[in-house]
Amino acid sequence: MPGTIIDDVQIIDAGRGGGTDVPAGGDDDGEGAGGSNGIPQRAYFTVIQLGLAGIVMFFMALTSSFLVRKGLGNDWVSFNFPRILCLNTLILLGSSFTIQVARRHLHRRENAAFRRWWSITTALGALFLAGQLMAWRQLAAQGVFLVTNPSSSFFYVLTGAHGLHLLGGILALLYVSRRNWRRARISQVTATDVASIYWHCMDGLWIFLFALLYLGR
Amino acid sequence: MKRKNGEQGSAAVAFTLAAFLVIFTLITVYLFLAKIWWFPPAISEFGTQIDAQFHRTLIITGIVFVLAQVGLALAIFRSRDRGQRASFFEGNSTMEFIWTLATVIMFVGLGLYGEHAWAEAHFQGAAPGALQLEVTGQQFAWNFRYAGPDGKFGGTKPELVSASSGNPLGLDPRDPTSKDDIVSPVAYVPVGQEVELIIRTQDVTHSFYVRELRLKQDAVPGMTIHMHFNATVPGEYELACAELCGLGHYRMRSFVNVVSQEEYDKWLRDQEAALQQQ
Amino acid sequence: MVTHESGGHHHPPTGFIRKYIFSLDHKVIGLQYYFLALFSVFVGMALSLLMRIHLVWPSAKMPFTPGGQMTPEQYLALMTMHGSIMVFMVLTTAPQSGFGNYALPIQIGAEDMAFPVLNMLSFWTTFLSLVVLVSAFFVTGGAPISGWTAYPPLSALGQIAGPGQGTGQTLWIVGVAIFCIGSLLGALNFITTTVDLRTKGMTLGRMPLTVWAWLITAILGLLAFGVLLAACLLLLLDRVAGTSFFIPGGLVVTDTPIVSHTGGSPLLWQHLFWFFGHPEVYIAILPGMGVASHVLSTFARKPVFGYKAMVGALGAIGFLGFCVWGHHMFISGMSPYSAFAFSLLTMTIGVPSAIKTFNWLGTLWGGRIQFTTAMMFGLGFVSLFVTGGLSGLFLAQPSIDLYLHDTYFVVAHFHLIMGVAAIFGIFAATYFWFPKMFGRMLNETIGKIHFWFTFVGVYSIFMPMHFLGIAGHPRRYADTTGVNFLGPLHSVHYFITIAAMVTITAQLIFLFNFFYSLKKGEKAAENPWNATTLEWTIPSPPPFDNFAGRIPVVYRGPYEFSVPGATDDYVPQHLAPERVGKAH
Repeated sequence: MPGTIIDDVQIIDAGRGGGTDVPAGGDDDGEGAGGSNGIPQRAYFTVIQLGLAGIVMFFMALTSSFLVRKGLGNDWVSFNFPRILCLNTLILLGSSFTIQVARRHLHRRENAAFRRWWSITTALGALFLAGQLMAWRQLAAQGVFLVTNPSSSFFYVLTGAHGLHLLGGILALLYVSRRNWRRARISQVTATDVASIYWHCMDGLWIFLFALLYLGR
Repeated sequence: MKRKNGEQGSAAVAFTLAAFLVIFTLITVYLFLAKIWWFPPAISEFGTQIDAQFHRTLIITGIVFVLAQVGLALAIFRSRDRGQRASFFEGNSTMEFIWTLATVIMFVGLGLYGEHAWAEAHFQGAAPGALQLEVTGQQFAWNFRYAGPDGKFGGTKPELVSASSGNPLGLDPRDPTSKDDIVSPVAYVPVGQEVELIIRTQDVTHSFYVRELRLKQDAVPGMTIHMHFNATVPGEYELACAELCGLGHYRMRSFVNVVSQEEYDKWLRDQEAALQQQ
Repeated sequence: MVTHESGGHHHPPTGFIRKYIFSLDHKVIGLQYYFLALFSVFVGMALSLLMRIHLVWPSAKMPFTPGGQMTPEQYLALMTMHGSIMVFMVLTTAPQSGFGNYALPIQIGAEDMAFPVLNMLSFWTTFLSLVVLVSAFFVTGGAPISGWTAYPPLSALGQIAGPGQGTGQTLWIVGVAIFCIGSLLGALNFITTTVDLRTKGMTLGRMPLTVWAWLITAILGLLAFGVLLAACLLLLLDRVAGTSFFIPGGLVVTDTPIVSHTGGSPLLWQHLFWFFGHPEVYIAILPGMGVASHVLSTFARKPVFGYKAMVGALGAIGFLGFCVWGHHMFISGMSPYSAFAFSLLTMTIGVPSAIKTFNWLGTLWGGRIQFTTAMMFGLGFVSLFVTGGLSGLFLAQPSIDLYLHDTYFVVAHFHLIMGVAAIFGIFAATYFWFPKMFGRMLNETIGKIHFWFTFVGVYSIFMPMHFLGIAGHPRRYADTTGVNFLGPLHSVHYFITIAAMVTITAQLIFLFNFFYSLKKGEKAAENPWNATTLEWTIPSPPPFDNFAGRIPVVYRGPYEFSVPGATDDYVPQHLAPERVGKAH
């Protein structure tokens, strides 16, 4: 039923589909505000988990390449880990905190607060990316580039790939703040929760990569 | 029911399909037994073991092949539409269990049995006192190197490589151990002598392959890989490249000559003499 | 039939662009993938035909070759593109994204895939990758010559390593990377749809085996393509940015030292590539196995023998498929101890494959076989799968692989499994679902002629290759006159080429049947095969939302054929129990 975002705060039922006595698929489970072909909202949770699985495999391939290449020979040269990366990490961790605050506000129907904290999260995300570019600048100033050494090659590749995925996350955050929920199949709560899951995972991925790059530099 | 039974269930189709499967099976079995195009005879004890494992595998897969194709033919012919009602059975756990177990035993057993030959090739190094023979692949030629009287391989430098000036391996003239190294486009080895093969490459991945030795090993850039063999039958054996390396991959070939000890010694002396004269 | 109303009301698309170009309808998208594959398979066959002709008549005048005679690098370029186009654009699209897109939502009682926009995007991404891939033919230096496996350093060093290794190779890498993304997007849709959009009563245990196969295949794709994408990224950087992931130091190419790279590992590429590559070949065959089970059951009028075991076998093959990649690398210089482990795991993967074969035979035994063309291709699939699979037992043992690696024995093995069995799965699916897709029947007589030419033909082409391999004939040779021991094998090559020429030409029969029947075929009823699954409960062709708002409810499994006591020899899945006719 069409309505404002205030209507749509039902906690998502994460039950499995089909085959039980409860009707599944294509029926009343999918009530997003005004949605046309309603697929069950849990489908969005399914797909984000799957997407993350695919992304994890991509980064695992790069990680194992990192470990193999490092262990291979004696041409792995350390470089100075840019200090700003620590600050960036804190910023990203902070954004995970603020996104949780935003979600709680949405679940309590406190829309103004939700919008505020959501924007803060988006800004922190953008700040993180800017910080990453600064880190690259700092490395370049040291004379450390993509081709300088395998250790730096992996640094640029891993931070670049993560940055791209985080940019995708920022686009998702912007989608949540701009979407007209009346015309969407996905409900606002679902979109917010799904974007948050992705965001937290990008945060977690960064922690992992940070540790890998720092310990393996 | 919309279908016309006589048309779809025609005995002619069933028979033809079943007959083709049987005939195809017979032709295949015959060709494998007749060995018209087959391995060249193995020239080492190791090669004989490989051949034995191949035959074991051939027998087992052959039996499965015949049973499966003939079974399919039988099922097709027997169960063609003759107006009968199909039997309704959805499975048979006992049969399922039995043939799964049989397959596991056969396949895994076969695999375990064959590991022995692999272990011999790869888990152990060359016997002590083996003749050291280095082979280096490049686009698109093989070059063998013998260590010479000093028994040491001399140093090589990439920047010194120049096939056109007769230094395809880039031997360093300032290294005293490289002065007596013999470089040859073909290999000579004495019969019955354990040889340690040291495989290298200059540019891309190649693969050292001599059929009669039942020996194949990729030559990987950045790696030096050791294999060993002991050839017991004299002859000239062709070496072909077995890893795609560029446009000349099809003509990257050489020869391994297995000769008597006397002939080998003579060849070696001739090479050393030629080296002196340069 | 009991239905429940669908949640929303949606309107059919209007306008040519929305209906046929940027369609969101899974049926249209499925057909787009199918036609992309159809185009690609004829391109791939043409390339292989040129290759086969050159091998036997090296001085023959060839089209597109300046000077008339094919050069070795042209042969290798044809070979590289043949493999790449066939594996990616045919075998990874038609069985999964083609038929899966078309039939999966209907078979589970859904109105469309979970994410139609994503679905459309994945097709057009795949289309873009085809364009980029094929463009490699038209740049300076031509298409790459490093095979579909693109091993570095040959694929990483650039133009200096050989013709086609400049821009051509770069375009290949970019095209493949784009393909990875398209496949990943598609996999997301398939899995989500199967997990979350099944209609009431469609439990996992009542899903047709086609749906199980598409689901497991999508899981394989989701987990494998990310790895290939990473590998392509690193290879691209080695080529254009000067990194050294795969290129070691000290290389000299044609007397020119390569000083700009050091320390990389060619083996690292092989591990990454084959970690993807092995699941990829299961991606190519699994849907065909699902189709074979489905078609065999339908036309033998018998339930699938051992449904649970069939599902388990699909899962086991999928899982084990991730554990065996090293069997492509026994000779590579990788640790011989890991070769031992990979070998045992590979022999193990033969077990679920054997289970499936037994169960196919069990499905047929005691049946009442209708020899439709779809069924014949399904039966052919079983025969070909057995033959191709058994040669794998030789290659799975490193001691035997020592000899057979990189020979024509391997070419025979993977062609029989992929290039033929999987293709037969595609043909079976085509003959089976054509009536539903287009509302017309394919001509059965022409279909059977096509079947016979193809079945006899493919065995004629690929069986002799086993003997070439046993005789030691290395693969990827542009010419057979460079090595003496290949001389006695020329007659075999001749036979293979003739067989290939006939078989490839015979595929025109299929093309004719296809396009003629589109317009002039006998009109198809809703359920021409008396089949049980949900796609046969809707008109041929179906309305844009599949069920016209009335989603079926499922009451039983998908293979209820010849049920004792029922009047008909099939009971559709959607028929309420009280509506099932009873024999008196």
